[in-house]
Amino acid sequence: MTFEYAPAPESRAIVTIKPKYGHFIGGKFVAGSKHFPTVNPATEEVLSQIALAGKAEVDAAVKAARKAYTTTWSKMSGKERGKYLYRIARIMQERAREFAVLETLDNGKPIRESRDTDIPLAAAHFFYHAGWADKLEYAGLGTSPKPLGVAGQIIPWNFPLLMLAWKVAPALAAGNTVVLKPAESTPLTALLFAEVCQQAELPAGVVNIVTGDGSTGALIVNHPGIDKIAFTGSTEVGKIIARAVAPTNKSVTLELGGKAANIVFDDAPIDETVEGIVNGIFFNQGHVCCAGSRLLLQESVAEEVLHKLKNRMEKIRVGDPMDKNTDVGAINSKEQLSKIIELAAAGDSEGAERWSPACNLPSKGFWFAPTIFTGVTQAHRIAREEIFGPVLSVLTFRTPAEAIEKANNTPFGLSAGIWSEKGSRTLWASQQLRAGVIWANTFNKFDPTSPFGGYKESGWGREGGRHGLAAYLKGVNHE
Amino acid sequence: MSNRIDIKKTYKLYINGAFPRTESGRTYEVKNAKGVFVANPCLASRKDLRDAVVAARAAHSGWNKATAYNRGQILYRIAEMLEGRRAQFVEEIMNVTGVTKVKAEKEVTDSVDRLVWYAGWTDKIASLAGSTNPVAGPFYNFTVPESMGVVAAIAPETPSLLGLIDAVAPIITSGNTVIVLASTKAPLSAMTFAEVLATSDLPAGVINILTGKKEELAPWMASHMDIDALDITGLKGKQHADIKVAGAENLKRIYSFKSADPGRIIAFMEAKTVWHPIGL
Repeated sequence: MTFEYAPAPESRAIVTIKPKYGHFIGGKFVAGSKHFPTVNPATEEVLSQIALAGKAEVDAAVKAARKAYTTTWSKMSGKERGKYLYRIARIMQERAREFAVLETLDNGKPIRESRDTDIPLAAAHFFYHAGWADKLEYAGLGTSPKPLGVAGQIIPWNFPLLMLAWKVAPALAAGNTVVLKPAESTPLTALLFAEVCQQAELPAGVVNIVTGDGSTGALIVNHPGIDKIAFTGSTEVGKIIARAVAPTNKSVTLELGGKAANIVFDDAPIDETVEGIVNGIFFNQGHVCCAGSRLLLQESVAEEVLHKLKNRMEKIRVGDPMDKNTDVGAINSKEQLSKIIELAAAGDSEGAERWSPACNLPSKGFWFAPTIFTGVTQAHRIAREEIFGPVLSVLTFRTPAEAIEKANNTPFGLSAGIWSEKGSRTLWASQQLRAGVIWANTFNKFDPTSPFGGYKESGWGREGGRHGLAAYLKGVNHE
Repeated sequence: MSNRIDIKKTYKLYINGAFPRTESGRTYEVKNAKGVFVANPCLASRKDLRDAVVAARAAHSGWNKATAYNRGQILYRIAEMLEGRRAQFVEEIMNVTGVTKVKAEKEVTDSVDRLVWYAGWTDKIASLAGSTNPVAGPFYNFTVPESMGVVAAIAPETPSLLGLIDAVAPIITSGNTVIVLASTKAPLSAMTFAEVLATSDLPAGVINILTGKKEELAPWMASHMDIDALDITGLKGKQHADIKVAGAENLKRIYSFKSADPGRIIAFMEAKTVWHPIGL
């Protein structure tokens, strides 16, 4: 039975997109020199022209951040710093709809997700960290915790405003100032955030935002005036950054790739599990570093789970991200789409079996149908490499020990999922899995109080919670 | 009394609970402070390091699974064994480094006390480094710190015994296993300490001790893909950059330390956060 849905489009009237943007440096918008377009990936419409920061702009931003750090922010009491963060959180809540629409236009994610997940969580991150600003000495990170100075922050395109919040909120709460670079393909909500900083009367230079591409990111990473680098992105770039900062005194935190196992034991509640699998891999088009991209099914239930999963996938609504009924939106960029196509083709050529539900993809924009591969082995590229798209690799196992062995057989260690009704088995599996975030009988849940980050090649450090503060405070003992 | 010829000790490596010679067949000469020959310890090779990593990896699962209470008792047992051999360590440290008896005694005393201190941390560090997290939803959410896996350490040149214990004890307290490179100039107390370990119920492979040259072994430690983290306290500052560049290949966690404190244990732990729904 198919349900017909009438279109339920969100209005874009709430946002005003300027034809051209500059950088946000020292509390003011300054015109850029070179520009590049930012595109709505669902329609290929050019939304605006974005400034490309070179050496001069990055220098100016670092200088503004340093000045704000020495003259204002590091001298202000935690109590007062916190009040600015509370203001920011409140203004983000007030303008949440505007942020959500803008995020969906620039990123391609369904409005339901930007409205219900990205923006509320981003505001919550500021509200949570606001409260830490005057309580740092109680965080168990030393009796007199000190900020690092100027933080250079480079964020990805999959959760643009949320990743900004994960970076900026703890940095400011701990007393640092920041130079932030949003992703090349999703700069608009960061530029709207700059307006929020102005409305909150945040002292000039505490937050500086420069837009650009990888070359701008490299300028930030290698800038001698920066004390700390925080990066979220690919493991490949993470390693480049780790090498670049090795000869310097910069602190580094890295939030990198993943290839999470989502393990379904034979006693799992099958219907809830199927929902969890879908949420694990198709949430945000699979553009999620912690996505449950390797499904490990116990053999005795594999057939039943796959049958129900395919049924469920038939009902996923792929299409206009601005439609409130849409489940899966557009792939963020042409470049990302070609990466997904290439890896999926490797799945075919290495012998795995591809399946997608029938779906009418729009003729314009960047789209990829929700896809599963069965008959995947551990050696296949689609079982080892991060696809960062709506593509699920399905493997099977016989014993719990085999499940753990397969789950841990990856250089990544960001997240993992466990589906079982047996408490002792769930806790046992959560102990055995070498990953920083374990979702048991749920998946893809985030909260500002909950530390997030990976083992092994998934990165250095945690974001969120008490643990996340350590990333922006001077090491008590080690260097 | 008689002019008895004493029995000198052959100093070998300590890998997987056994005392093998270096596979390379190489040794180097250690002289005491007066320039008199003392011993020919092993000049460990890359292959010895790799053997030690295999042993440490194999030992990790069991040591990590051992209860914190059990790990604490074994660390305490190491202290007991060291206490019983104080005189031997004092003499060895005095002979090799030329320090006064008072100083050597203090180093051995501090070493014993430090082991006792870490023994007490095994079942307390999780309360310090963990948390329950009040997420905004019907979920039980907690963060537990866990061992990282296999850690390599370069002990400082001096103090040769206390520096070695300060390197290995915080690493194994949380359930990691370790390969440590001892002081090059004063390696003898490290190898005698291996005899203490061998009689302390410490499972084979949890602590592996090599002697040799830092400049030769440190780069192999940094580039080894089955080593998760590195303590480079014993390396000169100017060598840190190269080691960190090499370690980036598998994103090793690389630290150096100024003193002993709980942060030294936590540095080699990973925070794991677990979510579970709450409901009927």
